[in-house]
Amino acid sequence: MTAENGRELEAQFAQWRQYVLRRKELQPVDADELEDHLRGSVDELVAVGLSPDEAFLVAVKRMGSLDELSREFAREHSERLWKQLVLTADTGSEVADTRSRRDLWAMVACAAGAVVSVKVPALFGLSFEDDGSFYARNFTLFALPWLAAFLAWRRNARRPLIAALVALFALGAVAANAYSLSDKSQSIVVTSIHLPIALWLVVGLAYVADDWRSFRRRMDFIRFTGEWLIYLVLMALGGGVLSAFLFNTFRAIGILPQEFISHWLVPCGAAAAFVVAGWLVEAKQSVVENIAPVLTRLFTPLFTAALLAFLVAVVLTSNGIDLDREALILFDLLLVVVLALLLYSLSARDPLAPPGPFDKLQLALVVSALAIDVLVLLEITGRITEYGGTPYKAAALGENVILLVNLAWSAWLLLTFIRRRTPFASLERWQTGYLPVYAGWAWIVVLVFPPLFGYV
Amino acid sequence: MKVAKDLVAASATPMVLGILAEGESYGYAILKRINELSGGELDWTEGLLYPLLHRLERLGHVESSWQSVTGERRRKYYRVTDKGLTELAEQRRQWDTVMDALKEIWHDRVPLTVNPLEGLA
Repeated sequence: MTAENGRELEAQFAQWRQYVLRRKELQPVDADELEDHLRGSVDELVAVGLSPDEAFLVAVKRMGSLDELSREFAREHSERLWKQLVLTADTGSEVADTRSRRDLWAMVACAAGAVVSVKVPALFGLSFEDDGSFYARNFTLFALPWLAAFLAWRRNARRPLIAALVALFALGAVAANAYSLSDKSQSIVVTSIHLPIALWLVVGLAYVADDWRSFRRRMDFIRFTGEWLIYLVLMALGGGVLSAFLFNTFRAIGILPQEFISHWLVPCGAAAAFVVAGWLVEAKQSVVENIAPVLTRLFTPLFTAALLAFLVAVVLTSNGIDLDREALILFDLLLVVVLALLLYSLSARDPLAPPGPFDKLQLALVVSALAIDVLVLLEITGRITEYGGTPYKAAALGENVILLVNLAWSAWLLLTFIRRRTPFASLERWQTGYLPVYAGWAWIVVLVFPPLFGYV
Repeated sequence: MKVAKDLVAASATPMVLGILAEGESYGYAILKRINELSGGELDWTEGLLYPLLHRLERLGHVESSWQSVTGERRRKYYRVTDKGLTELAEQRRQWDTVMDALKEIWHDRVPLTVNPLEGLA
């Protein structure tokens, strides 16, 4: 065998190996084993007088189709089709392994940081019972900076960005604690709701660290948000089961662990879960199918039907919407859900696919949400002119206007997209370009509203 | 004549364990040995052999180790364990029973020939 032949043969082996590794049933160790087999076969054929090229072809042919081979492997290793998210994935590649191990340690460090942050105020005599509103306002300030730190670390964020992140979180801390608001004031409720939104978008800044202007990266952040939320909910469910078992098993031996559960397990677990969920999404990205778009597909038709039914009922009964405090939140949340349904189907859509029936369904969803929003807006403005503004109503009104503008323009873009006048990307760009608006509004509410409304 | 697929599959485990009982070996050599033993009549594929070896390893009948051969090439060698030998003995007992029974039936009889027209008569 000449050197030239040898090189060519090696290239063929490398190519064959790549084909094998594309199958998830076949792992690198299997590829090693099969490659050795193939080499044995080639050597033998060369020994009886075939040229390396011919020998390679014959040997590959003898091994049979990869389809069949991987089917047989799948029967023995069916777990490989399932268990893809391992804590430190043994991918067989050294570089990827060290990387995921380093990620794991960074995550553990950040989660520990979050846990410590939650318990630090207790050293200064702030307890969960007596200073509940302090914890309610500040909880995201304990956990989210650590998640941002983890993301910034993963992306090797540059110094100016780190400085900006630190400054923004500091600003959040000021907003939450500098104003002397009474525990029963509306402002404190409004701040507790809006500060997490503002801070979450700061996390977003850490997420898109490398390229914060790119709308693709921002869309990635939207995807990240959806998956993060789902992981958080799953972990909360698990935590609930854990607490229930802990409580009941200890109660059976006459010890009541509720102090431990409510002071340690729940707050520390929640803070750590914020970071762990972020790490999970980062680790499993592209490994497991994203679940948020699947839920979106399931629920878009159902929500559309529900909203249409509601509109029909409003028209038929001509009942006005009775907007008490809960109803205000309810309708804002409804719009948020509609927006989320829109966003997560956008996030999973192939931008080049032509408009289909699902896009029309979405248009129906958005238009019915718009109609409801107009009704709600009329009601709120009527109330404000009647009784004067409160932080509560002003915040709800602001949110409504923001969501209305977003959904109205989205509806227009969807319509033009369905009529094939605009590309799908313009809808994507609109949604991702709108993210700073939410951030701006949330910061205005937490920073400007309390003094504006005289700290009520 | 090729041996039917079911029969190949049924005899696969004792075959591999038997070969490994002769001494440690690796995939390609095992396949060659089977070919040799059966005069090429047993239709074994890589898709049958490697998953089977992995299953036997999972069950603890064989154990494996990577050894380097010429240059950078690494080869996975399999070796039968005590548990595997017990399993082999058990399988052998079963196969002996089957073969004895078959021999008993076929003993001293004229080789069976099929008259293709018999069914039509």
